[in-house]
Amino acid sequence: MRRVVSAITSRLVIAVPYAWLLFFFLVPFVIVFKISLSDLAIAMPPYTPAVDGIRDLFARLGEFDLENYHLLMCDLLGYVGIGADLCRGGFSIDFFERPYLSVAYISSLKIAAVSTIFTLLVGYPIAYGMARAPQSLRPTLLMLVILPFWTSFLIRVYAWIGILKPEGLLNQLLTNIGLINEPLVIMNTNTAVYIGIVYSYLPFMVLPLYSALEKLDHSLIEAAQDLGCRPLSAFWKVTFPLSLPGVVAGCLLVFIPAVGEFVIPDLLGGSRTLMIGKTLWSEFFNNRDWPLSSAVAIILLLILVVPIVLFQRAQARAQA
Amino acid sequence: MKSLGSIRRSFAPWDDPAATPYIRFENVTKRFGDFVAVNDLSLDIYEREFFALLGASGCGKTTLLRMLAGFEEPSAGRILLDGQDLSGIPPYRRPVNMMFQSYALFPHMSVEANIGFGLKQDGMPRAEIAARVAEMLKLVKLEQFAKRKPHQLSGGQRQRVALARSLAKRPKVLLLDEPLGALDKKLREETQFELVDLQQELGLTFIVVTHDQEEAMTMADRIAILDKGEVMQVATPAEVYEAPASRFVAEFVGSVNIFDGTVRENGAEGMRIDCGEGRVIEAENSGSADIGDQVAFAIRPEKLQVSSQKPDNARANALEGEIYDIAYLGDMTIYHVKISDGLVIKSAMLNSSRLVDDPLTWEDRAWVSFAPDAGVVLTG
Repeated sequence: MRRVVSAITSRLVIAVPYAWLLFFFLVPFVIVFKISLSDLAIAMPPYTPAVDGIRDLFARLGEFDLENYHLLMCDLLGYVGIGADLCRGGFSIDFFERPYLSVAYISSLKIAAVSTIFTLLVGYPIAYGMARAPQSLRPTLLMLVILPFWTSFLIRVYAWIGILKPEGLLNQLLTNIGLINEPLVIMNTNTAVYIGIVYSYLPFMVLPLYSALEKLDHSLIEAAQDLGCRPLSAFWKVTFPLSLPGVVAGCLLVFIPAVGEFVIPDLLGGSRTLMIGKTLWSEFFNNRDWPLSSAVAIILLLILVVPIVLFQRAQARAQA
Repeated sequence: MKSLGSIRRSFAPWDDPAATPYIRFENVTKRFGDFVAVNDLSLDIYEREFFALLGASGCGKTTLLRMLAGFEEPSAGRILLDGQDLSGIPPYRRPVNMMFQSYALFPHMSVEANIGFGLKQDGMPRAEIAARVAEMLKLVKLEQFAKRKPHQLSGGQRQRVALARSLAKRPKVLLLDEPLGALDKKLREETQFELVDLQQELGLTFIVVTHDQEEAMTMADRIAILDKGEVMQVATPAEVYEAPASRFVAEFVGSVNIFDGTVRENGAEGMRIDCGEGRVIEAENSGSADIGDQVAFAIRPEKLQVSSQKPDNARANALEGEIYDIAYLGDMTIYHVKISDGLVIKSAMLNSSRLVDDPLTWEDRAWVSFAPDAGVVLTG
């Protein structure tokens, strides 16, 4: 009897996270996926078919199609410049001739990648310094890294406008110490977006790096030096390879949200800063094209999930 | 080829006034903040010596080793290796290698990459590295484990990889920090002899840090006993055991009975120590003690005899007491004999015959006896 109870309890314990994932990730995903297969309609909600219940869903299965994905594919083909004959569909805009979604995807990935590299370059020394700090000081340093989270993300990004704008703090400082005569144009450029992302996501880089570096046995570095390594070469041959899991975790934690970032490019970027989050937003709210923006979101998800899964497989194989 | 035993037999450069020490610690002090880890310490170690630094944790033995490796700089004094002052030379340029207590094997590298690490660092050609790594693997009998990662090895195998790695560069001196600390007892005993054989075979100077006196006695040519950053005695294992320089050394190494008393007579025929309560101990003459001095007579348990009758040898010391505790260990039996309230004597009797007619048992009256030359008189 007790064994049965304990078996049920242990199942229940596992069931809780599964139920959470089911309700808050899988169900919304299925809804978005369903909308991406619908067509635009001037209605409420603005797409057709508007399904009423599960039975209705099966009855109207034939009304779903892959038109939005076809459109996205044409956008991509147009970007690459091949396969025009695959795209002779009657879209309202000729995506093949004027691709803009692919441009936004690529630009997002590029901005996210560049920002991730900069975040790593800034975050690594911080995490390294923290891991090497006296034991008594570490909780305080950790606290300082987490401290910015206590202020709203939006407000912190807004504050950067005050720093980066032509008559902002940064330009005033640089003019006053005589480094520049003309104010630097940073605001409303990709540079401002990079700064914003690096600043906002730095804790996500620092924390996994810190936890990887803190675990590192200092005698390994001493052993490397004992065997003839100068400190810098000991770092590259021992410290860095052993902190790689932290580097990977930090980069994923920064890169993934940065690809879909909307607030930072909207507030700090200019009209020429193209990011998929912004495009999605305008597709959704300005054009009210819910089906297309759902398809854009699904593709974004695939772009991010597939490499992560492949990477994790590779890592699991490497460890086995 | 000369046998290894005969080399060891005649090896005693520390007794040779013409021999120059290979490693010299000259008045070395090391402070960490207010804490003095090593205090004005001087020590000479000779080439090809197997030298042990023995002491309790916090006695400064590891700090001494780390200063030799270059991980710590002395606060005062200097360290010479083969006549060269080591001050300011970083660890990566010192001709010494260290085997770490935690082994410090690189977890992301295979066994052969670990062993070849230092050689690769020195820019040795690939073929030579491969040959040397193979030689090292053979030396520690791990040929079939070359491709394994450290986490796929047992504790004993990891220990041997660490040893091979620290020997691969053929250092002038090998430093071993608690090399056998993580091994179980049986493996530790086997490895002790292997290490000595290896050291003899390679003709290197080994300096081993340990808190295990048995390990130090088994392996070392000489032992330095450290306490609170100072050297208490430097001597061969036998000297340390049989002729400890101080009460601390006598108590630290092995088990000992100590009788405190005052010197009453000290002449050619011997010394008489008054221990109070009417007990007088006859001891061998000790030149360093004068009449009236407070001294301690130290005697090892195995040098005492316990018997039910008073021994008839008139010269021997004999104390009467009661058997208080018995520990039968198979090869020997340890008796605790209570002489008076404050004095319990430990005696280890070898069980040389299988059956004893009149075995001593708890609460029996017994005599503890010993010859005057069985113990040493300590003035310090």
